[in-house]
Amino acid sequence: MTPEVAKPQRFWEQCDTWEQLVQCCRELTLDIGFSAVRDWKRRTGGSAIGCFPVYVPQELIAAAGCLPVSLFGARGQVEIDHADSRIQSFVCSIARSTLELALTGNLAWMDGFVVPSICDVARNLSGVWQRNFPEAFVFYLHLPQNVVSDPARDYYRAELSRLRTVLECHTGRPVSDAALMESIRVYNRNRELLSELYRQRAAQPEQWPLSHVYVLAGAGNVLPRSEHNELLEAALRLGRQRAVTRRDTVRVVLRGAFCEQPPLELLEALEETGCAVVDDDLQIGARFFAGPIAEQGDPLEALVEGYLRGTVLTPVNNPGSRSRSADLLTRCRERAVQGVIFASPKFCEPALYDAVLLKRASEQAGLPTLEFEYEEKMTVFESVRMQAETFVESILFFS
Amino acid sequence: MAASYRYQGIGRDLQKELLGQWYRRLENAPQNGTPVAYLFISGNICELLRTFGFELVFPEVNALQCGIKKVAGNFILKAEDLGYSSDVCGYVKNDIGLATSGNRGPFGTMPRPDLLVCNYAGCNTYIKWFEALAEHFGARLFLLDVPYRRTGEIVRQEDLDYVVAQLVQLAGVCAEITGNRFDRDRLSKALEYSRAAEDLWVRILASARNRPSPFDAFFEAVFFMAPIYVLRGTPECVEYYQAAWKEIEERMEHGIGPVSEERFRVVIEGPPPWPHFRAFWELFKRWGVCCVASTYSKVGGIWDFGLRHDPARPLESLAEYAINCYTNWDWTLRRRMMERYVADYSADALVIHSVKSCRAFSVGQADVREHFTKALDTPTLFLESDLADPRYFAEAQMRNRIDAFFEALEHRRKGSVEA
Ligand code: SF4
Ligand code: SF4
Repeated sequence: MTPEVAKPQRFWEQCDTWEQLVQCCRELTLDIGFSAVRDWKRRTGGSAIGCFPVYVPQELIAAAGCLPVSLFGARGQVEIDHADSRIQSFVCSIARSTLELALTGNLAWMDGFVVPSICDVARNLSGVWQRNFPEAFVFYLHLPQNVVSDPARDYYRAELSRLRTVLECHTGRPVSDAALMESIRVYNRNRELLSELYRQRAAQPEQWPLSHVYVLAGAGNVLPRSEHNELLEAALRLGRQRAVTRRDTVRVVLRGAFCEQPPLELLEALEETGCAVVDDDLQIGARFFAGPIAEQGDPLEALVEGYLRGTVLTPVNNPGSRSRSADLLTRCRERAVQGVIFASPKFCEPALYDAVLLKRASEQAGLPTLEFEYEEKMTVFESVRMQAETFVESILFFS
Repeated sequence: MAASYRYQGIGRDLQKELLGQWYRRLENAPQNGTPVAYLFISGNICELLRTFGFELVFPEVNALQCGIKKVAGNFILKAEDLGYSSDVCGYVKNDIGLATSGNRGPFGTMPRPDLLVCNYAGCNTYIKWFEALAEHFGARLFLLDVPYRRTGEIVRQEDLDYVVAQLVQLAGVCAEITGNRFDRDRLSKALEYSRAAEDLWVRILASARNRPSPFDAFFEAVFFMAPIYVLRGTPECVEYYQAAWKEIEERMEHGIGPVSEERFRVVIEGPPPWPHFRAFWELFKRWGVCCVASTYSKVGGIWDFGLRHDPARPLESLAEYAINCYTNWDWTLRRRMMERYVADYSADALVIHSVKSCRAFSVGQADVREHFTKALDTPTLFLESDLADPRYFAEAQMRNRIDAFFEALEHRRKGSVEA
């Protein structure tokens, strides 16, 4: 068990500089003891619900008065020991390390676990969880895989209603439409602030470093979104005041990290070599709707419509009538990107399959690419650093 | 088995013949102008597609054939050259290698698809596989979304309704491509054949309750099951199972079975290592091991607990079938199935063959071992290799583990007799 990182509540109000705020958020993001969650539970007496990436409708969980917590594995801080006898070594780190965290008591705060049907690993993980932790509820969320077919609408709505009922039974209180709509507003605001942060970064990457923005977003994994909104507002204020020196960088997009997360050091290494990552799918869990979802009408319908039509495309959702390659290339144009980095978690099949097709599409469009795999527990970044340096140089000097 | 028996070998030979004919029809499809659809084994709704006149390609069966015929390695390497990671499913890589080699395998040249039906039942990799093929062939892709069967509930009506509604849509797509109208009576007729074949297949599976078992429910079942997975809904398929049943009956009459002396009865979980199939079987035969029930033989449908295709409810029963394929069940349901098999078939042990390629099977198999050894005290042997990639089979190591396990089991048995 890691020591509790005791943060004063609303610590963002007490940070005078960007660096202080980033440091606090870094500790929160990497805290596998989940002290912020335990603290929230103590304060409110509410339930905390773990959400496996990617497309869990956290709005619904928050509307039930629970704290949705985005789980992103053990951030490279545990040895896989107990989980090894449940899930084998040729499986991605996040599944194994999340289970390890639970088997070692680090997730004892978790009152429920929502697992979406993103891949074979996640699907089976839900069953392993049920056997090992029979006391917590496990909700398996089936995400429609054919988003343009009409039956998907009713079906997904029924799925969400079922989750709503499970939450209601758990808390003993109904989830009203008004509460759900309010929750949607809070999440919309959160997405707006995160987009603003990303827009700033795309405009001035040196001013808003990737690893900093990453932990600012990461703090939202364990905080109520309303509080995270305040934090992001503070961040935008402080970030604008920073003075930084310009340097030669190349503008790149990073893809593949929508579920399992790379070590923070890897993101830092990329930046140090001169990759200005101006768009990414890191920790996509929290911002998977591409834009705001409807704030009028039936709130459940807003979540359904948002999922069927308005999600960010990843290898684990159905693109419907859109195309993942076209989507990526549009993104690259909009952000004036010079190259694409495909960083896939080792053993993550969805990411690895898509990397082949997207890499081909990028290269055909004349965009240089860099591809590598990562693991949660990787500690040596030299090879990635060298590859990235060559990549940056080739773009700076030859294109 | 001695040549004096009348029906011995028929299950295997007739199966080969039927598959050969099917592959020939596929080779001739382009020149005959027959429309071609590709689909997967788990939850395959082949009867519906055949109603529209499609010839059907099952890429998984092609991959399996390449494995057995020992040409998978080259196709897999070819896909890896194209950028596919060494850690992704070997079946997919085998197929990509095949598709980019003129679609020509040991079974002949496969026609291009007019329609790719991704019957997403039990495996998410299916989706990634057909997305890649859709791009390669520029073919239309229909995604049939089959919800995972979750614990503790009967198949939920909304799951059934959801699949049925999509089947109606799929029928519309098929009509558009083939120019043929949906013929409900024709579908019902096909489902009658399906049901008849399923009855016979279940009878064959259940025969393994006998001692000795006349049938190996893994090493033989993987061949015996082929017709019900790829030719279901046809009269030939029913005839095949009638003939196969005769073979089994004859074995029961004479008290013969797949091993000369049945010493151990096991339940096997997981797929076989196709590129080393023979060698793998031999390692068990040496110990007089007969598999009496297996989960792999249920990947394309679970009928031994009563489910059948139903001509009176054609679309609904197709949906029900698709939801009930082995890897489309969650682990609680799968574990219960194995528990039942161990009890109902009087098995001495559970053997888990965990393959790297197939996470749909393997993720959580170690947990199954925990459950059986620790919670139930059932001897459990855990083996690892691959179903497609020949590089992952370490024979010497495999032999050691198998020998050690059955030696210990023998010991345990002697101990309990003496006690
Ligand atoms: S990292 Fe990839 S394989 Fe692992 S759970 Fe996430 S999506 Fe699935
Ligand atoms: S993961 Fe398993 S079920 Fe899926 S395509 Fe590969 S071998 Fe088949």
